Amino acid sequence: MAKVLIENLYKIYPAEKGRPEKVAVDNANFEIQDREFMVLVGPSGCGKTTTLRMVAGLEEISRGAIYIDGKKINEIPPKDRDIAMVFQNYALYPHMSVYRNMAFGLELRGVPKEIIRKRVDSAARTLGLLEPDNLLERKPKALSGGQRQRVALGRAIVREPKAFLFDEPLSNLDAKMRVETRTEISRLHRQLASTMIYVTHDQTEAMTMADRIVVMRYGKIQQIAAPLDLYHQPANLFVAGFIGSPPMNFFTGTLTAALQGTLEFVEKVPKGQTPFRCPLSPDTSRRLSSRQDREVILGLRPEHLHPNSLTSGATLQASVEVVEPMGAETFVYLRTGGHTCICRTTQIEFMDLEGKTLNLGPDLSRAVFFDPQTEAAIPA
Amino acid sequence: MTLGERRNLIKGLVFVSPWILGFLAFNLYPLIASIWFSLCDYSVLSEPVFLGAQNYVDLWHDPVFWKALRNTIIFAVVAIPLSTFLSIGLAVLLNQPIAGQGIYRTIFFLPSLVPAISLAILWQWMLNGPMGLVNNLIRPFLNIINAVTGSHLQAPDWLNDPNFALWGLILTGLWGTGQAVVIYLAGLQEVPEELYEAAELDGTNAWQRFLHITLPMLSPVIFFNVLMSIIGALQTFAVPYILTGGGDGPGRSLLFLATYIYQNAFDYWNMGYASALALCLFVLIIGLSLVTVHYGEKKVHYSDR
Repeated sequence: MAKVLIENLYKIYPAEKGRPEKVAVDNANFEIQDREFMVLVGPSGCGKTTTLRMVAGLEEISRGAIYIDGKKINEIPPKDRDIAMVFQNYALYPHMSVYRNMAFGLELRGVPKEIIRKRVDSAARTLGLLEPDNLLERKPKALSGGQRQRVALGRAIVREPKAFLFDEPLSNLDAKMRVETRTEISRLHRQLASTMIYVTHDQTEAMTMADRIVVMRYGKIQQIAAPLDLYHQPANLFVAGFIGSPPMNFFTGTLTAALQGTLEFVEKVPKGQTPFRCPLSPDTSRRLSSRQDREVILGLRPEHLHPNSLTSGATLQASVEVVEPMGAETFVYLRTGGHTCICRTTQIEFMDLEGKTLNLGPDLSRAVFFDPQTEAAIPA
Repeated sequence: MTLGERRNLIKGLVFVSPWILGFLAFNLYPLIASIWFSLCDYSVLSEPVFLGAQNYVDLWHDPVFWKALRNTIIFAVVAIPLSTFLSIGLAVLLNQPIAGQGIYRTIFFLPSLVPAISLAILWQWMLNGPMGLVNNLIRPFLNIINAVTGSHLQAPDWLNDPNFALWGLILTGLWGTGQAVVIYLAGLQEVPEELYEAAELDGTNAWQRFLHITLPMLSPVIFFNVLMSIIGALQTFAVPYILTGGGDGPGRSLLFLATYIYQNAFDYWNMGYASALALCLFVLIIGLSLVTVHYGEKKVHYSDR
């Protein structure tokens, strides 16, 4: 049970051998509530793992502070921070049995043998390491990837730590195992009711598991929000493009005056091409009135582009390039004006459309507008 | 066998033929010949005369053989653990990320590049009683001990004192730890960093990490090095032979099995007896290696990565 506070945190690697100074974590500030499942997500090199490793104590803090339950832990060695970590490569001790791998940390802390046995058995049962096969006496090399990762989870659980740290724990598993273990970790979080900090580059993992998500890029925090808030109200172009798969569609254009004081979005296209135009509602027009005759970026999720729609008057003509049937839904990759966009639909009759032209109706009530200079979302 | 397989076989045999020919001429033939000679009286100049097992009977009753065997085993039993501990220790130190790491590694490896002959001549001087470097280092300490306790300890005349000659040689052997250090260093670098990190979070201190992570992960390398050292130690010849100026040391204190084989073969021209000795050494090496492999394999952890 722990609250983790990260305050003005920096990780700076000094310049060395012709390599310039690198700021891996740039003034990170956030708080992880007790029992919260917080996911740090971002592309590789964004500083998410470095942040996690600073919480673990495996990386020195260059500047700023980390507090667990109000206690500053900057100078406290990892073993005394009362945290457990699950590594990407499992980091199981290859010469020890599964049982000893899980018991080792408790043995070192002088926990009585019977209690160790009890805790390991209970964790092993929870994680399915006892049935159908009892794996406790096996060596890690005799286990599958999924089993190894469950042992690594077990090793963390038996310690009963204040907080769990996960460093891309699923990235070495195959797709099916990844989904299974994902659910397993979510279930464990509910069951153990403890604070978890989870690092991943996979936005799907972030969306499915997190209570809240921290999106990072180039060492800087881009946005901290609950998964659906991130999805529907991204703070900037990067978050909008990073969260969601397939990604959000972006159209660059200008807002021009239309009928009855409303605005119309007119896409910027090369000469001779028909721009995508769509009239905005009076509400949206009022909100964006200060942006009249200026450039904006219109962001639309693939599911908010409706094929063959006659609604709202605005239509986008696009030629179908590729159709990807996923079963329950279909992704349609289209070319319009100067660029491509993606439409996500549950109507399976669009499967034979490759090469043809489609009329798309955007659901503008779900659109997000961005400032092209700052890349920030224009507030609602 | 298909045509393709036969072609591959022929090509393969052609490529390995230099090695096979060398093995037949320089390993297998001498081995078989020495088995035959060991059953004969043979002085090279005259034809071998068959004696049966007489050489082996003589050997059993030869106190010099037992002395050589004893020296060889004492040398192995002391020198191998000593150099193993020393080289693992050095490797761990040289694996620390400090400035000038490459320079230190080079310094510790350099002695291994010195040929055995030069090494022996160098150590003849180092171990010299009145003028040697080793004694010059020891003497101040002995003086302090003598002054404090009133004792009369003297720096030993290493190579001329039967009680010290073997120890002098063991000291000489440590000169060559650089080679093992390099192998241990390579082994240390194979240990995944996250194991240490996991162990650190599990609550280990540095010594516990060495004991519970480094040593088990290094065990295949230790096993290999020890096995090689056993084989090498039992064959010790060149350095003690030169250190003693082609002899066997005071009171035969530096007489080893290999030295005794050489003496019988090339000093006394007693090829039959030398062959019997050589076969004994051969059996000893094979036997000890098998025992080591049998017991060592169980303790060794082979990583799956």
